[in-house]
Formats: sequence, structure tokens, C-alpha cells
Amino acid sequence: MSFLEIMGGSGRELRLSEKFFEINWGFILLLCVIAGIGFAMLYSVAGHHLAPWASSQMIRFGVGMGVLLIVALIDIRVWMDLAYPAYGAALLLLIGVEFWGAAGMGAQRWIDLGVVQVQPSEMMKIAMVLALARYFHGISMEQVSRPFYMLPPVLIIMVPVGLVLRQPDLGTAALLMIGGIGLWIVAGLNWKIIISGLALGLVAIPFGWGSLYDYQRDRVLTFLDPERDPLGAGYNIIQSKIALGAGGLWGRGFGQGSQSQLNFLPEKQTDFIFTMLGEEMGLMGTYGLLFLYLLVMGYGVAFALESRNHFGRLLAMGICITFFLYVAINVAMVMGLIPVVGVPLPLVSYGGTAMITLLFGLGLLMSVHVHRSIEVPRTSVGLW
Amino acid sequence: METKDHDRYKAFTRRTAIMSAGGMGVLATLFGRLYYLQVVKSAEYVGLADDNRMSMELLAPLRGRIFDRFGVELAANTKNFRVVLIPEQTESVEMSLDDLAKIIHISEGQRKKVLRAAARQRKFSSIIVAENLSWEDFARVNINGPSLAGIKPDAGVSRYYPFGPDLAHVVGYVAAVNEEEIGDDPVLSLPGFRIGKSGIERQIENELRGKAGSRQVEVNAYGKVKRELSRNEGVAGQDAVLTLDMELQSKAMQRLAGESAACVVMDIKTGDVLVLASTPAYDPNDFVVGIAQEKWDGLQKDKYKPQLNKTIGGEYSPGSTFKMVTALAALDAGVMSPDDYVFCSGSMYFGNRTWNCWKKGGHGALSMKNAVKHSCDIFFYEAAKRTGIDNIEKMARRFGLGSAYDFGMPEEKAGLVPSKGWKIANRGESWQQGETLNTGIGQGFLLTTPVQLAAMTARLANGGFAVKPRIFRSVGSDVYPSEESARINVPQRHLDVVLAGMNGVSNEPGGTAYGSRIWDKGMELAGKTGTVQVYSISKAERLAGIRKGEQLPWKLRDHAWFVAFAPVSNPRYAISVFVEHGISGSRAAAPVARDIMHEVLLKDPARIMAIPPVASGQIVRPALTRES
Repeated sequence: MSFLEIMGGSGRELRLSEKFFEINWGFILLLCVIAGIGFAMLYSVAGHHLAPWASSQMIRFGVGMGVLLIVALIDIRVWMDLAYPAYGAALLLLIGVEFWGAAGMGAQRWIDLGVVQVQPSEMMKIAMVLALARYFHGISMEQVSRPFYMLPPVLIIMVPVGLVLRQPDLGTAALLMIGGIGLWIVAGLNWKIIISGLALGLVAIPFGWGSLYDYQRDRVLTFLDPERDPLGAGYNIIQSKIALGAGGLWGRGFGQGSQSQLNFLPEKQTDFIFTMLGEEMGLMGTYGLLFLYLLVMGYGVAFALESRNHFGRLLAMGICITFFLYVAINVAMVMGLIPVVGVPLPLVSYGGTAMITLLFGLGLLMSVHVHRSIEVPRTSVGLW
Repeated sequence: METKDHDRYKAFTRRTAIMSAGGMGVLATLFGRLYYLQVVKSAEYVGLADDNRMSMELLAPLRGRIFDRFGVELAANTKNFRVVLIPEQTESVEMSLDDLAKIIHISEGQRKKVLRAAARQRKFSSIIVAENLSWEDFARVNINGPSLAGIKPDAGVSRYYPFGPDLAHVVGYVAAVNEEEIGDDPVLSLPGFRIGKSGIERQIENELRGKAGSRQVEVNAYGKVKRELSRNEGVAGQDAVLTLDMELQSKAMQRLAGESAACVVMDIKTGDVLVLASTPAYDPNDFVVGIAQEKWDGLQKDKYKPQLNKTIGGEYSPGSTFKMVTALAALDAGVMSPDDYVFCSGSMYFGNRTWNCWKKGGHGALSMKNAVKHSCDIFFYEAAKRTGIDNIEKMARRFGLGSAYDFGMPEEKAGLVPSKGWKIANRGESWQQGETLNTGIGQGFLLTTPVQLAAMTARLANGGFAVKPRIFRSVGSDVYPSEESARINVPQRHLDVVLAGMNGVSNEPGGTAYGSRIWDKGMELAGKTGTVQVYSISKAERLAGIRKGEQLPWKLRDHAWFVAFAPVSNPRYAISVFVEHGISGSRAAAPVARDIMHEVLLKDPARIMAIPPVASGQIVRPALTRES
């Protein structure tokens, strides 16, 4: 089939130009505003210089926006057909990391594909949502809670979670697992199963503790008592809270945060950028950014609810849940509510793969919106 | 739309609503927590953030300088060209040192010190690699600077003693602070800070040190200073002006060179100490940078004791220079009159032993004046015997012997004047009459320092005023005037007897120091020799041909003393010279005293007139030549 057909340019389907107008430009603007806050923070942290972070972040955002628009224009059924292959590819790469991965920050996360270096665990966040949406779309609501039909989603979720834990990357594993289960619940999983699953999870905690790496246990213990090691593992949390608190209501001013500018705050351009925003822009800044995130998720839920195909609904909700988890985990982490795990703040933290992956995912969300009127049968539509 | 799909759509919408509510709940928690941190607890965290970023740094005060009476700088603060290494700016400290060693000399010891410091302290703080570089070396480091990773040329301030060994004992030196010395003043913990360890530097350490300044700086997480927030310069140390005359001091040091000796010159009226010379000496500048172990060992092992300031810290028997005290004690006690004669046959018998005069054949009948002139031992044995030890002790104390003057030299010793009570208390034995005789000629238990004998001579020459040595003219704005001295209650007619004797010693044929007289009219001195027996040559040695001190090992030779005042006609200066194991007062000490006193008199303002008064602290160096 031709490119035009993939873009949905044939028959009674929407033409490319029509789709273009279907894109929710308000949503796009919202993403640009959020990314803009990120640029400003990266500019500030570099001592009022675009280099080295802000400028390359802008380029990545530009590329990512392009990806988003292309993804949004591709027919939702194409994405449905690509769901399993995409998941399979991401899984292969994740296994590849086991053998050929490069280490960064004490964990194996990167793989070199010759042209680019990618983080398969990031790709898996989207691929898993695609695969689960595809799977739940294909079965009836009764089947969702039947033991035999429960096996595939368990595998879809747990295999990548297991692989990511081996890297080891606690944050991404948690995000994958909670995201996957969340989507399952939205798909209509029986409440009894949900509750008994939760109970089982509580029982499993002691065993899970035993399988953690030393540095992960350290993080959890430090989270429970940051003063345990104020210059070591607890340092990040203590300094982060000082920075947030020092920001107060109105902040210390752009470029004036002593905690950030004088390097007391670690990882301030990546995982702890929210803290820096809090120090320099105060409560107004942090509430403002969270409000913008809330708007993004509001859009997402609305896109999900207005879709006329179940795959689209599930896909939109899956992306929403993933996005929500990014925000919640990162913000809770920098405030010391949960242990320090490596989860970036979406669209704001400095980082290439996360930015592209996220905008890809938001592109899928937009695709759901653009193709909301298309009804899709349970089985593959056979565009291949 | 199929019914089943409809059902699951309804379920989906319901679940989505529940999920959204749950998500909102989580977000509400986050909003609440943010409010708690950024509003409720904000003030506390602002304080913590300021604690993080602000740091106080001490600024070392500039040390006060020390001048002589004419404003010559004796202890200076000089630019100290040094090279520092900052570990964080180089990949390998060792490689940087290797590169630097190609440009300037770096000893193995320095290298080890730097490596040890680099392992210990934080990466951004600089380590001093080499100090007190010559301008050439410093320039070479400057030129090559950019190619030397982590190496930085740096100009600091350090203590410098321009006269080196000539003043080592008086001014003393500063050196690095010991751990025990770090007290309340935080400035002492500053790296590279120096404090006075001996002499004047130690005596008025607090005045010289000044008050540390401070600056508040903003530091980053690694402790590196980013900018200065406020600065308080502190107070520089106070300058001190001494009574010393550096020119005379240097001449005295030159004259004493080669001997283990000491010389004190003081003004008999004001007590101003013009010369306080002790040889051999050491270079105090070595201590400022940290003395090398070999040099230190050398100083410690030297039998001439270069580290001892013999003028104030050396205690020696005064020998015959004490005879004036014995004479005055006898006159004071009324057991002798100036006109009494004593016959010296060369020996006398007392207390089961024979007491010999230094002159085998004896002096014949001697008046007191001539007894001083010839330094007859028999006369003073007789005088002491009649006077008694306790009267001698009292007279010695009136002349300042037996106690420290505490005039500003921290290492000063008190000496010893024995008495009956002292012996019982310290030796547990009763006093023997023979010991009185020994004391009468300045031997036995008696111990004096050169400065005490100079002051004793001054008190003889100034008409019996208890003048005290004075070393400080001023410290900062505090001027120390010379005090009005009390009388020591020795009548002038008594003094005149011994002064006449001293004049005889130097200016009359037959006097023990007639050979060391000053020829210049109006500049004559009057003195007294002293030779302190250290070891008596035994009969066996005598038979083996050892007759003279020169034949004995240095350690066993007699000590040589000479005390004098001048000019005889109108006394102004007193001098004492001590030559350790110098064999003979008249041969080893008197010529030295004569030469130094001659130099002093050449500069005497009363003689050359037209000397402008020098205010304390004023740096004026008038041309002081004989012609002016």
C-alpha cells in the first residue's frame, strides 16, 4: 500500500488535509508551553547560557514535535496492526541490552544501534501500552477477567518488567508495572481479582526486598530516613527539600536559586529539574507546571472518552496513565515522598530518548483524537 | 455499535472516571506537600539554604614590624614569591610536580610534603609547593605558567629578617603553629600562619599579630568560592621599636664571631640596650620557611649552643667582675674602710686549706682601689671573710644579680646569688666559711648572665641608681619611657673607690686590662676583667707539661669576662663581654669590649652632637658618621 493510504487518504476515510485540521492545536500549544518552561530552566541552570542543555533540548523538542505530528496523522488501524510487532521489537532490544548494553549511572540502559543510541526501556513504555490496548481491544469484557485470557497480559507486562529490573532500573520497572496494571483495570478487570492481586503483592514485598540490589535498598532506607546518610544517599533528598522550601511562595528569582546555581542540588538539569523550578519560581511555578500537566491529562482523558474505537480509548488512557506516572513519580521523588528512582519530568527534564518517546506517545494520543470517528472491528483490519 | 462493545464502553468510562479520581487524589497529595514545603516550612529552608551557600573566611592580619632605635627594619614583611598547586586543576599531581621540577628546583622533601597534603585536603584548596623564590625563578614559573597544569605562581606575605643571624637571638623568629598552640584565636588555624616562637617575636606576639579580618563568601557545593559578600579587613599588628642600635649590633656580632660569646651594651642612665649580641647564631629566616632536619640537628649538636641567647639565657660565674660587689659589701658593712690595706703574700691559710692568689708571688700590701686594679684574690678573700655571705648577697641583689629583669626577653634566666638560707633550703647543708671566700671572688655557686653584669656595671657607673635594661622604646602607640631609677643606697664615696680601681684596671700601667685601653682622649673606658676557673690543672698534668689553658680541651678552659663603662670622665655606657672558655678575661674579653665600646663611643650623640631626636616608629636613618 502507498504512503497516502497509510495516512488514510483513500475511500470514505479522512483526507490528509482534513486530518491536519483535526489535530488539536490547543493541545500542541500546551505541550510547547511546558517544554518552554523546561528550556527556561535549562537556560538558567547553565548560568544563562543556551549551551549545553537548552539548545540541544530545543532541537530534540523540535524533532519530537515532528514525530508527534507524523504519528498523529498515521491511521489508528495502522498503529493497531503495528502494536504487536512494535512490542516484539522493543522486547528484542530490551533483551539485547542484557548482552550488548552500555552502562550509565550504574545501570545497563543503553544500546547502540549503530546510528543512534537508544534506551529500549523507554520504548517499551509505549510499546507495552500499544500491545495491551491491542490485546484488550480483541477480547470481550468477560474474557478480560478469565484466567486463560489473563495469561497474555501478565506476560506482556511482567517480561519487560523483569528485564528492566535486571538492568537494574527500579523507576522504569515500577512505571511499566503500574501503567500496565492500570490499563488492565481500565479495560474492565474484575474488582475481586484486583483486590486479591493487591493482597498477593503485599505478601510478596518481603521477597521483593530480598531481590533488590544494594543501592536500591539503600535508596528505600534513605527515603524512610534521609538523615541516615546526609552526605551520601540522603544528600539528594535533603538538598532537594531545602531548595524547594527556600523557593517559598514566589521563588528566589530566575537564575537566583543558590541551591541550584551553586551545585548543592544534584542532577538539577535532569531528574531534579522540578526542584530547581520550585526554588527559582516558588510555589507559583510548581503549581503552575502541575496545572499544565493536569491539563494535558485532561485532554488525554477527553480524547479517550470521545474515541469510537476501543483500541483508541485504551491507547489514549494507557498514554495518559504513563504520563501521569512520569509526573507523579518524579514530583513525589524530589519532595521526598518516595525513594529516589530515575524517572524524568516529562517534556521538561533534559534527555533525548525520554523526550522523543514521550512525544511519540503523545502523537499516538493525538492519532486517537484525529481518528476518533473510525470504528475498528475486534480483529486486525488487515491493512497489511 | 455492537451491544457488547457498548457494555465495555460504559465500563471503560466508569473505570476511567475512577482512575481519574484516583489520579486527582495523588495530585492533591503532591499539591499539599508542595504547599507544606514551600509555604509552611519555607523560612526554615531559606535558613538552611543560606547555611549551605555562605561561608566565613578568615583573613590573616599583617604582622607588625620591628625597628631599631633609628628606624632600621629588623623584622619585615616581604613579598613572598611562591608556587602553589591546585589539585583539582591537574589530572596528576605527580606529573605537575615533575613538569615544575624542570623549571625550578624541588627537593624530594618538598615533593613528599605536597603529595601528602594533596592526599589529605580538599581538591580545590591550594598547596604551597615552594616559597621564597628568587625573582628569576618566579619569573620562569610565570612564563611557563599556562603550560603547567594546576601550578600557579602566587605572591604572599612572609616574615623576613634582613639581618639574619645578627639578630636571631633578640628578635627571634616566627614559625608554623603547633597543634598545642592553637588556642582561642581562629586565625592560628589558617594554613601557613606563623607565630613568634622566640625573642621579641614571642614576647609581644599578641601585639604584633593584630586582629584577623574576615570575609563572607558564597561557596558552591564543592566549597569553591564564587563571590565575596562582605569583607572586614581586620587590624594589622602593631609595630615595635627597640632600643637596639642595629649598626652596633652587627659590629658586635662581627667582633664576637668565631667564639662562643656574648656582649651587652647599655645606656647607664636610661637602661637602653644598644647591643645584645650572642654568638654563634643561626639564621632565623630558616625557621620561617621550616628548618631542614640536617640544619636543625646541626644546631642541636653544636657545642657552642647557637640557639642559646647567652646574653640573657647563659648563666656563668662572674669571676673577678664580682669583686666590686664584694668590696662595696665590705665598705657597706663597715668591716673595711677605703684606706685599709691587706697584705698579699700570694697565699693565705683558712679553714684547713691554703688559698692562693692568681699571682704566685703575691701583690704585697694593697689598698682596695689597687686590689680591684690588680684583681688580687687574697684581698677579696679577706674582705669576704670579714663581710659574711649574707651581706655580700644583699649587695649583689642591690646590683640586680640573682633575679631576672624581665625586660622583654622571654628566655631570660635569673642567675643565682647564694646565701646561708638558700643553701639550707636547696642543698640541705649549712653554709661553709670557705664558700664565702669563693663567693667573694665571684666563684662557687654564683651565677650571672651577661645582661646582669652589664646592668651591674651601669649601676656602679651611674652613681648608684637601680637602672634596668630596656629593650622596647614603643609598641604600637604605647611609648615606654625610661623610668626614673631608684637609688640603691650605696654612697658615692664608696662607689668612687671601686670606680677608681676599675679606672686603674684599664688606664694605669699594671692594671689587668691596661693593654686593652682606649687611646682616644675623652673616650677612655674603665673596666674589670674576670677569669672563671672551670677546671684546675692537676699535679699530674702539671708534671706532664700542661701549664696553660690553651693546652686543655676547649670544654675545660677558663671562661673570660670583661665589664666596663665609658667614658671614664662622664660615664654613659656600660658593657659586658663574655667569652665562653676564652681562657683569660684580659686577653680574650677585654680587647673585644674595648673595640665594641670604641664603636659605641664613636656614635655617642653627646660626642658628635646634632643628632635629631627620633620619634618612635619614625623611619629616619640619619647619616651617623664620625665627621658629622
